[in-house]
Amino acid sequence: MERLVPTPSLGVIPERDSGKPLILDIHGLGIDFGGLHAVEDFTLLIGHTEIAGLIGPNGAGKTTVFNLITSVYQPTRGVILFDGYDTRGKRPDEVCRMGIARTFQNIRLFKDMSVLDNVLVGMHNHVQYSMLSAFLHTPSYHRKEKEARDKAMELLSLFDMQHMAKWQAGSLPYGAQRRLEIVRALATEPKLLLLDEPAAGMNPAETAELMQNIRSIRDRFGIAILLIEHDMSLVMGICEGIAVLNYGKIIAKGSPEQIRNNPTVIEAYLGKQEA
Amino acid sequence: MEQMKKKLHLGKTNREKVTTFGLVIALYVFVEILQRTGNLSNLMRGQLVPICAYMIMALSLNLTVGILGELSLGHAGFVSIGAFTGVTVASLLRPVVSQNWILFVIALVAGGTLAGIVGFLIGIPVLRLRGDYLAIVTLAFGEIVKSLVNNLYIGFDQNGIHFAFLHDTLNLAEGGKKIIAGPMGATTIPKVSTFLAGVLLVLFCLYFLYRLLGSKMGRAIKAMRDNSIAAESVGINITRYKLTAFTMSAFMAGMGGVLFGLNYSSIIAGKFNVDLSILILVFVVLGGLGNLRGSIIAAGVLTVLPELLRSLRDYRMLAYSIVLIAIMLITNNQILVQWWTQRKKDLKNMFTRLRKSGQGGEG
Amino acid sequence: MSFLSHLINGISLGSIYAIIALGYTMVYGIAKMLNFAHGDVIMVGAYVCFFALNSFGLPPVVGVLLAMLICTALGILIERLAYKPLRAAPSLAVLITAIGVSYFLQNGALLLWGSNSKVFPSIFNNAALHLFDGQLTIGVTTLITIAACVVIMIGLTLFTGNTKMGKAMRACSEDKDAAILMGINVNRTISVTFAIGSALAAIAGVLLCSAYPLLQPTTGSMPGIKAFTAAVFGGIGSIPGAFLGGILLGIIEIFAKAYLSTELSDAIVFLVLILVLLIKPTGLLGKKTVVKV
Repeated sequence: MERLVPTPSLGVIPERDSGKPLILDIHGLGIDFGGLHAVEDFTLLIGHTEIAGLIGPNGAGKTTVFNLITSVYQPTRGVILFDGYDTRGKRPDEVCRMGIARTFQNIRLFKDMSVLDNVLVGMHNHVQYSMLSAFLHTPSYHRKEKEARDKAMELLSLFDMQHMAKWQAGSLPYGAQRRLEIVRALATEPKLLLLDEPAAGMNPAETAELMQNIRSIRDRFGIAILLIEHDMSLVMGICEGIAVLNYGKIIAKGSPEQIRNNPTVIEAYLGKQEA
Repeated sequence: MEQMKKKLHLGKTNREKVTTFGLVIALYVFVEILQRTGNLSNLMRGQLVPICAYMIMALSLNLTVGILGELSLGHAGFVSIGAFTGVTVASLLRPVVSQNWILFVIALVAGGTLAGIVGFLIGIPVLRLRGDYLAIVTLAFGEIVKSLVNNLYIGFDQNGIHFAFLHDTLNLAEGGKKIIAGPMGATTIPKVSTFLAGVLLVLFCLYFLYRLLGSKMGRAIKAMRDNSIAAESVGINITRYKLTAFTMSAFMAGMGGVLFGLNYSSIIAGKFNVDLSILILVFVVLGGLGNLRGSIIAAGVLTVLPELLRSLRDYRMLAYSIVLIAIMLITNNQILVQWWTQRKKDLKNMFTRLRKSGQGGEG
Repeated sequence: MSFLSHLINGISLGSIYAIIALGYTMVYGIAKMLNFAHGDVIMVGAYVCFFALNSFGLPPVVGVLLAMLICTALGILIERLAYKPLRAAPSLAVLITAIGVSYFLQNGALLLWGSNSKVFPSIFNNAALHLFDGQLTIGVTTLITIAACVVIMIGLTLFTGNTKMGKAMRACSEDKDAAILMGINVNRTISVTFAIGSALAAIAGVLLCSAYPLLQPTTGSMPGIKAFTAAVFGGIGSIPGAFLGGILLGIIEIFAKAYLSTELSDAIVFLVLILVLLIKPTGLLGKKTVVKV
């Protein structure tokens, strides 16, 4: 089932990923909500270490695409191949274990739990000890728990959040909550990270820092990142390939430069210019 | 030296654990002293094992309602299954097992296990429902168990065990003994529950729950309650953990039932009804959702309270209901709650200051 | 013939459940709370009617009206004192408070009127309809019960569909915050809902005790729980759902008693409920498109 990056590449997938398998290969994806084609004929290829962007006006169906990729919704039509495997019929938790992690547009942290525990929950499938050793507090339980804690602190340090480890997640400032969601998603050890409006509500300085962080996450973990974002400085600044969605359909694909100058995109965003 | 300090330093959860265990043990010692010195009324003495049983029921329901966050109104069903299984097993083994405590432990395991199995089987279809729908289905489950046990007949003679349903068609041979006689319930139960056994069981349940909460599974369950969509998104199999927690809760409730049942010479199915389910729920909510120590205190205080209100005679249940409403109104009053958190903060600050000045004085 | 007779009895019992379930469902739709004390309001209504008839010798119509009046006042009072302060509290806190109110009413009744069961006087004359050469006998009580239920059902549907208050109720059940923004007095709407529900409970209490004339402080609790199940069965929050759920529950109960087993009738009723919810998790008519009150 595995497809290599098609050559010649569509001009979207970066050079370094060509010749390697695709991490995400979506073809003809569509979903209907009671007769409405919320997403229609959606096709997208993402390379192994690519940072890709999904943009479009409000209500275009961007988050719906994320929900389809993570199996929150099951598609009406089309195929999603992740790392060569079909995700159809899988539950969201199974998709996560396959290697897709995400953040949410309306932040969904475990508000009543500590920051550290939020990250530890993210590591759930990688902390391995039996329930029996948890009840008896065997040495292996202590060792594995300590390893997990150390790893979680290390992940938090990516965003300079170590000192917040014991804070209640719900009490964090808004920007920190967004960053914690990213850390929690990384804790699942994904191969593909989906970020739903990571810069929403952030000021320009924070956004600039976030850009740096997203890039360094990609470099450090060697993963692919697909992000939805309205902040064009961020999208144009870090995305290597961009897809534009409007009314559930892709209206343009290409490099930031191509998208910036695409008349259809400008029209979708600004409306038709009256001549 | 530095390491010593680290070891002695207890985290918040650890402190809660230690004080909770300490509380139970201190209560046990206190009651034992009262009993030895003859300062415990007969009435209170009769309440000792039931109080422990209620504590266990409250702890087990806290796992479902407080920790897992699913409302159940049928907990009495699991208690009932545990009680009648325990009673049956104890009665059957009575002639063979001479040691009371062995009899008790076997009955305990049997009752807990059967309740756990039923919890598992019921949980598979039912846990898909949410909120109030789950509440009503569990309520229905409790009523069904009550009806079924109410029409169950079990007895044994030299030919073995006999079961009958709806009508007493056991046809026991000469010298046979009825264990459960339908609406008449179980009679001539071996009363092998003791206060010590009850306290140990409470401690065991506490240990079990604290260890669960401290494990990755406990974290997963808390995360599910907090935000199930997010929990799923980080790879937690929600159905599986819900079912596991529900099964554990049923298992524990079953053990509470065994302790309860083996404390009386006879019990009837009708006692394990909606009222009992609601009583346990009241313990859990008043003690605080997810708060294990709170469950224990609430179960203890609210069982003793009607006895303490005895001087009010006929008015005691009325007073009880008023206390219940008042607690709910007070604890959910924003102004009062804010006032109280502020006072608590003030007190804490005062203590820290005092401690600091005390240390300064020593140095 | 006995089948028909059981069916009619089932519909009659179901009508009582339906009237009680309407109270549950309306309150749930608007206040999003399970009013556990609803069953005990039924009991209070029955007692009021009992004393009006027995001690004061008032005519039945006055007795019923008096019961409705007192229950309405009681419902509003309970809502004001116990539930209104908890509007923002977690639903479990409200549930426990409702349980507290239920205990309060039961034990208050126990103190006021004693635990001995009272024999409820027959309000309607004992005449009966004899059909098919006397093979089928239908009591007047049965007929009146069914008729009352149908009238209430139609009345409520018209009320929620056409009056200003009815529309306010529907708006509140959809979205309370939006209703406030539209200038709807939510507190008053909730009070009216409780008032209507409690008045219906009084009627249900009188009908219940006319059919099963033993009156005790605990008389209301089991029918209350069953009606609550009926409301969920039909889809809680939906008025036609409560009607359908109540009638079906009554029929199932009577049929289970007649053809299967008296002892297990309750278990069968609850089993059917579980099965229905497993197949249709929001109840028979519990869809979002259904008019919720």
